[in-house]
Parts: sequence; structure tokens; C-alpha cells
Amino acid sequence: MSLLPSFELIRAASLAEVAAARRLHADCRLLAGGTDLIANLRHGLGGPAALVDITGLPGMQEIAAEPAGIRIGAGVTLSRLADDPLIRRHFPALAEAAATVAGPTHRASATLGGNLCLDTRCVFYNQSDWWRQSNDFCLKYRGTVCHVAPTGNRCHAAYSGDTAPVLLVLGAQAELGDADGTRRIALNELFREDGAAHLALGAEEMLLSVRLPIEPRLAAGYEKARLRGAIDFPLAGVAVSLRRRDGALDGLRIALTGTNSRPLLLSGCEALIGGPCDAEALRQISKLVQKQVSPMRTTIVPAHYRRRVAAALACRLAARLFSSPATA
Amino acid sequence: MAMILSLTLNGRQRTDLVPDNLLLVEYLRDMAGLIGTKRGCDGGECGTCTVLVDGVPRHACLTLAARCGGRHVETIEGIGSPGRLSRLQRAFHEKLGTQCGFCTPGMIMAAEALLRRNPNPEEAQIRAALSGNLCRCTGYVKIIESVQAAAGDAP
Repeated sequence: MSLLPSFELIRAASLAEVAAARRLHADCRLLAGGTDLIANLRHGLGGPAALVDITGLPGMQEIAAEPAGIRIGAGVTLSRLADDPLIRRHFPALAEAAATVAGPTHRASATLGGNLCLDTRCVFYNQSDWWRQSNDFCLKYRGTVCHVAPTGNRCHAAYSGDTAPVLLVLGAQAELGDADGTRRIALNELFREDGAAHLALGAEEMLLSVRLPIEPRLAAGYEKARLRGAIDFPLAGVAVSLRRRDGALDGLRIALTGTNSRPLLLSGCEALIGGPCDAEALRQISKLVQKQVSPMRTTIVPAHYRRRVAAALACRLAARLFSSPATA
Repeated sequence: MAMILSLTLNGRQRTDLVPDNLLLVEYLRDMAGLIGTKRGCDGGECGTCTVLVDGVPRHACLTLAARCGGRHVETIEGIGSPGRLSRLQRAFHEKLGTQCGFCTPGMIMAAEALLRRNPNPEEAQIRAALSGNLCRCTGYVKIIESVQAAAGDAP
């Protein structure tokens, strides 16, 4: 008697092989580090006929310097991302964010692509099969009602990846591919505000890599609030990137995770450009955050706390980065 | 589906027929009979199933056995031998790092990987390396003292 549902493990060595496996098994799942997928399968969240091991695809494990920036393969592990000298030199905030994901043992096998494509989370979803069955399941899987917002028509499970907000404020692009070729999109276009279908990927498409431009004098950081300090998904996570010129803000981007069904790149930050990052600017940032995030009852911590903690983290981070020597 | 799995388990070559969906923790406990590796939360949250795969700590409850082909897997049974405790086992014994003992195999495997990588870790590095391992008796102070003792820099 096995703990996991029955499936076939297929090792793919090319995008064509991934496509062939997907045509053979429409419900197959892609497997990299497996730290989230295997735990979910153990909970009966999905019963795919096949898992496709994508860690052997060419280029997936590379971190490469390019003329315009750095390319990070989707299969790079989070522990490597946290320690890599190139990443630490150019994008210390990304290394910091990677180091806050789960525990050290997870990070040794969990990958950047897995963290970006992380399944959304909810107290009504991340439960055992018998728990969910006794609750008549939920809209995200096998049910018809979202217990978070029963009168609504969509799933409100929260996106909880820690690396996405940092990549968004650093201006990342995502490289997607299938058997027919590859394409590049702004990372922001990879996500949708729907907890049951939060990735805007084609039927046979997968994330291959992320490209980051190197922007001089751009300071960035990431902070997250969580229940268990050592291992936990964010109740709210905030990334900020900014530049300073002559004592004024010259570029400001803020992105959040844990508060919506997608990582949220805040709009309206450009209104603060040209002014100082003073108490009034921080009040404006707090307002922007509280207005745009929409935390729901997806964790055991109330939504209004997560809204306020997201705003507080954004202000604290912006103030710290503005006074850091890296921006001068 | 099933496959032939060949790996090195605690220094010995083994070959078994394993189903594709077999977890490493099931393989170790049910097929290899090595019940030192514990099944705790079954979800990567407690760390008691921690084993070393090619010297790196891994959750045996989140790892497919079929993906361990050609690898070196080490469990608590491969650390020390009957009557000859390893330095970490001896330190956990002498410094009372073991209380109920359920987390101990995972703690020792995670600490073993740390000490191989860094023979003289600072306390903060020990805490970081063990941060994925829960002790349900909450005896963390004694566990950290045990690792310090094993590293030879106990106060």
C-alpha cells in the first residue's frame, strides 16, 4: 500500500519529450524539486497519471551572464540561488528571498521554476483528503464552492511564492517554451488573479528560465511575515526596488505575495518619483498597498492583519532601502 | 509502473524493483527494513525523515525512491555502528540531546551534513542547519549543545 497515488514517472530530455508525455497523459504534472508537488499529492490534491521529471532538460540548471543581464534556468535550486556569487553580487535581494523559502532541506532540492509556479494555497485546500471531503471539497479541487467567498465565482487561494515579488521589482522576463519553440514575456504576464488557474501558460508550455536586467544603483529587498520563523509560506511578503537621485526617489517598484491569487506589482508608485522618501511618501505607500492588496480568509491569520502587515513591511523596506548606501 | 533501482545505501550497493510512486521513506523502512528513518508529518514540515542523498540532507517523505538511482543514500543506520557511536551520536547521548528520540535521526543526519561541510560551525550556523527539524519535546538547547560538543567547541 503506497502513500502516493499511482503514476508513471517519465524522464524528459527535451521539450519534445515533455510535449509527447503531455499528449499521452493530459493530466500529467511537471516534477522538479517536488517539495510542494509531492506533499500535495500525498494529501490527495490531484491524481495525475504521470509525473514528468524536467530536471534533465538542457539549460535548466544554468546561471549565465548575458550582455544585457543574467539568465537563471528554472531548474536552479533555491539554495544555489541563495549562495551563488553572481546572484549575490548583482541581485542580493533575490538571494535573500530564496533563503527565506521553507527550510534548508527544502531549498536544496526546490527550484526557482517550482517556486514561481507554486500552487496557490488556502486553509480549505491544503488539508487531507478526508478533511476536504467532510467539507464537500472546494472550488479549487473537486468542489463547486469557494469556502473563502461562497457567493463569488472564483477561487481565492493565495499565491505564496517568495521569489516572484523580487523578480517583479527587478524587471524580470520569463522564457516559456513548448515543442514548437520559445517566447519571452514580462514576468508579470505569467500570472492571473484566479486561485484555481493562476498561471497564464499554454497547454503544453512550461517555464524555462528567467532573465534579469542589471540596473545600476537599484537597491532592492524582500521581507515576509510568517507564522513559523524557520519554515513557512508568507502571510504577506513584500519586495521593493528603488533608486535615489539628489535626495529624491528616482524609480520605485513594489510587489507583494501572499495577499492575492497572483504576485501583485503595485500600480501608482510613479506618483512618488521626484519627491523624498519621507513620512508623507511612506503614508502614500501604505495607502497604495492597503488599497490594492486583497487578502482573504485563506490562512488562519485574519485578512485585515495581513493587509496591515503588508503595508508596514512595504514602508519599513522602502525607508531602509532609501537610506542605504547602494542607492547613492 | 515500476523500475529497477540501483543505489548505494549506507555504503552498500543494492538493487530493487520499485514502483514509480514509492517514496524514499517507504523504500527505506518497508523494503530495506531501515526503520531508523522516521515518518513524521509526511509533508516536509518536521524533518524527522531527513536522510543524506549524495551528502546533502533530503526529506525522504518528499523524495521519490525512483529518482535516487546511482546515488549514495545515507540513513541513521549508516552513521556509527552497533557499540561504536559516531561523534554526533555520542554527543547527543552524553549531552541529553535525545529526549523522546523521535526527531533524533533527522537531527543527527542534518547535523552530520553540517559538520562535514563545516567542522567548526558557529551556534547561528547550527541553528540554521537544523531550522527545518522540529523537536516535539522542544529540547532545542540540548540539541544545539550536543552538536557543539560533537564539533569539539562546547563551552
